[in-house]
Amino acid sequence: MVYGDYEGVMGLEVHAHLLTNSKIFCGCSTKFGAEPNSHTCPTCMGLPGALPVLNKKVVDFAIKLGLALHCTINKKSIFARKNYYYPDLPKGYQISQYEEPLCTDGYLDIYENGEKRRIRIKRVHMEEDAGKLVHESTIETSSYSLVDYNRSSVPLLEIVSEPDIRTPEEAVLYLKMLRDVLIYLEICDGNMEEGSFRCDANVSVRKKGASELGTRTELKNLNSFRFIEKSLAYEIERQTEVIKNGGEIIQETRLFNVDEGITYSMRGKEEAHDYRYFPEPDLLPLTVDEQWIEDVKKALPELPMEKMERFMDEYNLPKYDVEILLSDKELAMYCEEVIKLFPEPKTVSNWIMTELLRELKDGNVSPKDSPLSPTHLAELLSLIKDGTISIKIGKEIFPELYKSGIPPKRLVAEKGLVQISDESAIISTIDSVIARFPKEVGEFKAGKEKLLGFFVGQVMKETKGKANPKLLNEHLVKRLKS
Amino acid sequence: MLEMNIMQTRELFKRKEITAVELTRFYLNRIKRYDGELQTYLRLTEEQAIEMAQDADRRIAKGEDRQLLGIPFGMKDIFCTKGIETTCASQILKGFVPPYDATVVKKLKEEHFVHLGKLNMDEFAMGSSTENSSFQTTKNPWDLTRIPGGSSGGSASAVAAGLCAASLGTDTGGSIRQPAGLCGVVGMKPTYGRVSRYGLIAFASSLDQIGPITRSVTDCAVVLNAIAGYDPMDSTSIPQPVPNYVEYLGRDIKGMKVGIPKEYFIEGMEQDVKKAMEDAILLFEKNGAVVVDITLPHTEYAVATYYIICTAEASSNLARYDGVKYGLRAEGKDIIDMYKKTRLKGFGREVKRRIILGTYVLSSGYYEAYYRKAGKVRTLIRRDFDEAFQECDIMVTPVSPTTAFRIGEKVEDPLTMYLSDIFTIPINLAGLPAMSIPCGFDSAGLPIGLQIIGRPLDEARMLQAAYVFETEKNVKKIPDRFKTDD
Repeated sequence: MVYGDYEGVMGLEVHAHLLTNSKIFCGCSTKFGAEPNSHTCPTCMGLPGALPVLNKKVVDFAIKLGLALHCTINKKSIFARKNYYYPDLPKGYQISQYEEPLCTDGYLDIYENGEKRRIRIKRVHMEEDAGKLVHESTIETSSYSLVDYNRSSVPLLEIVSEPDIRTPEEAVLYLKMLRDVLIYLEICDGNMEEGSFRCDANVSVRKKGASELGTRTELKNLNSFRFIEKSLAYEIERQTEVIKNGGEIIQETRLFNVDEGITYSMRGKEEAHDYRYFPEPDLLPLTVDEQWIEDVKKALPELPMEKMERFMDEYNLPKYDVEILLSDKELAMYCEEVIKLFPEPKTVSNWIMTELLRELKDGNVSPKDSPLSPTHLAELLSLIKDGTISIKIGKEIFPELYKSGIPPKRLVAEKGLVQISDESAIISTIDSVIARFPKEVGEFKAGKEKLLGFFVGQVMKETKGKANPKLLNEHLVKRLKS
Repeated sequence: MLEMNIMQTRELFKRKEITAVELTRFYLNRIKRYDGELQTYLRLTEEQAIEMAQDADRRIAKGEDRQLLGIPFGMKDIFCTKGIETTCASQILKGFVPPYDATVVKKLKEEHFVHLGKLNMDEFAMGSSTENSSFQTTKNPWDLTRIPGGSSGGSASAVAAGLCAASLGTDTGGSIRQPAGLCGVVGMKPTYGRVSRYGLIAFASSLDQIGPITRSVTDCAVVLNAIAGYDPMDSTSIPQPVPNYVEYLGRDIKGMKVGIPKEYFIEGMEQDVKKAMEDAILLFEKNGAVVVDITLPHTEYAVATYYIICTAEASSNLARYDGVKYGLRAEGKDIIDMYKKTRLKGFGREVKRRIILGTYVLSSGYYEAYYRKAGKVRTLIRRDFDEAFQECDIMVTPVSPTTAFRIGEKVEDPLTMYLSDIFTIPINLAGLPAMSIPCGFDSAGLPIGLQIIGRPLDEARMLQAAYVFETEKNVKKIPDRFKTDD
């Protein structure tokens, strides 16, 4: 989108639900979708006298992300209370990190139009989620609210970027990459519908080339990539219009109306909360030693950007293929398994992107649950490569291979699909076909060369498609012309 | 019976001279006889007490021996007790029945103690006279027109009048030591983190600490043995082994260096209190201790610092009483209105005052000037003690500048009330252990308390010195009015 002399400036705050089994400050389960208030205890219900105890796994996960985002992992960090009233917040404050977060000053690289862009990360900190209000119909019409505290104290990481993002498209690329990183690290499922990956955006507009930031608005609760892109685009355009017309941007919190595609004011600066942050006295400052960081570092998996570069450099795959294969971590892993056994990356990529993906999508199956294992796919490709079966047969039997899970070698043998590469057998079949169609042979000899296909078809029919196509062609032409 | 300490009582159990049920009935009868005028108990758990005593008797019969087996306790109404209403003496928690036991309650239960009931206190432990209870006014057993001190006034008064063998209190700025001092009993605030706070309803988390209130130093040691120790449920509890405190009782104090901080002997201290202190110091010297003058230069800032930190933490700790989940809910036209009406109705004046103060000092624009500055001063006060403890092993000071004042005397003057905790507050800011022991009476016959302050986790040495003092001084324990032992 073009905004003339103006450009958008965006910084994003992402909240990621962590995949720990228990909550951040108590032993309750984090499982989604249980009976309301069944995963609760005095601590996450905020009962008088209950105290928080930090779940070390949450720190592990935060360090993991911090390292993946090239952050400084601070040896000492502090939990703080963010004070505000809302029925879903049982203590009247949220335990978060404020002045001294665990991870600071990192970056995340993204690819935009084939070019690398670096988005700086200001901080990554740990905090607890709130519960959830439930209404009979909507919050406006219901005469009462029910509160479910199952989500209360589920661990979150808040990832705050610097205002380095310039376009809505770039924001989405950043979010997708960040989501991939979280998924690759196995610390967040990235599910936006269930709220496991939520985004708020700070948006401002300024004259291109200006170094100062304009007044910003905050867009809250953006829960799909499409809405994020739309709402940011709308907001930049709105602000640009205001400025162009000599108006001033009001610092406020705005919400996106999905139906109308516009943002509207939720609360202004004067109504903004004073959260009265102060260090949480019920928790000691968190100290993380070198050994802890090292241990997490050792267990760090390959990250999406590294994998992407490796797929392009080592496997020599085109960018298009890489994007598709890496769009799903499981698919990328599947692909690598196959390449390990059948080291022809482009062939593997082609089969995965066409045959396998079609079957997976039809059945809505995750690559890791594919009934056709990477070993079997590699076996199939080897059968084709060594001439045991043709590509055509390979594609024909693919759906059955996929569904049955029978090893390709066995299926090919059972169905008698082994390609006929015995020259004398092919020649004798050719001869019998020639004998059956004297008229067509005459026409061919008279110059109607396109009848060659007819003869190929007849031989294939006789051999149930098993004749080695190369040998068949070679001999058929010879016999017809003799 | 009232003169017996817990260890002697257990001997009586063993020799079958008395049963736990008999002892429990003895205290329940005394409560019925005297508590009408004293008003120490908010609620009795009579049935449960008898059951617990019966269970204790069965265990005694089997030869089981535990430190608090069969010993009847009263509990400040600030500890969560599973299945028993717990109110913090506040309307806002009326009807709140906790579904869990505080760690200290669990520990006492493991000892098979007997729970007599919940004791009165200043609402949410905010106060120095127990007049801030929203339910009743507890009296000082030495003079029924006077306050028992606070906030653990019910606990101290009940122990002093012999309405329980021992009790637990909490101390945020002196709430165990001051009432113990004013009621003439022994009260200890252990090192911050020595006793788990899990299940203690928070007033100011970085200052609150649980401790025993007893009629003797021996009982103080026995109860501390039972409740001290690391608790994985409280991140601020200290992972250090607990010594057997009883072993330190009876050891001499020859060569022990007793520090006297000059800042604690100020203008405005009552003559009788001053005299009692001088006598006490002489007594320590007579027993071989070396008295050294020390200085704690930042003492004058302690009260101001304390009222910033404790109100800040309280304003946040008390936010959960919003009418949504438990306790009082006033009807409102919307959620904000419900919050306002509930808190308006549910909290008393002092609690509201502190919530407002705390909210103010944490507000943006004021945080730096108040809360952060207070944190820095707190560090200086802590450092004062660190340095002074280079020169001495324990410190000795008065608990309060005056003896018990009259009911109603300071209610309308919160600032004077705050200043009555001037000698106890700095210890909480520094996280140190300190205890109050009886050291005599003023001319009106009101008890005077002596404060012994120790190094971090050095409760054993404090008890050692306190025991020597107690044995030598032999201060009268039960007021005559409550002496009848039938």
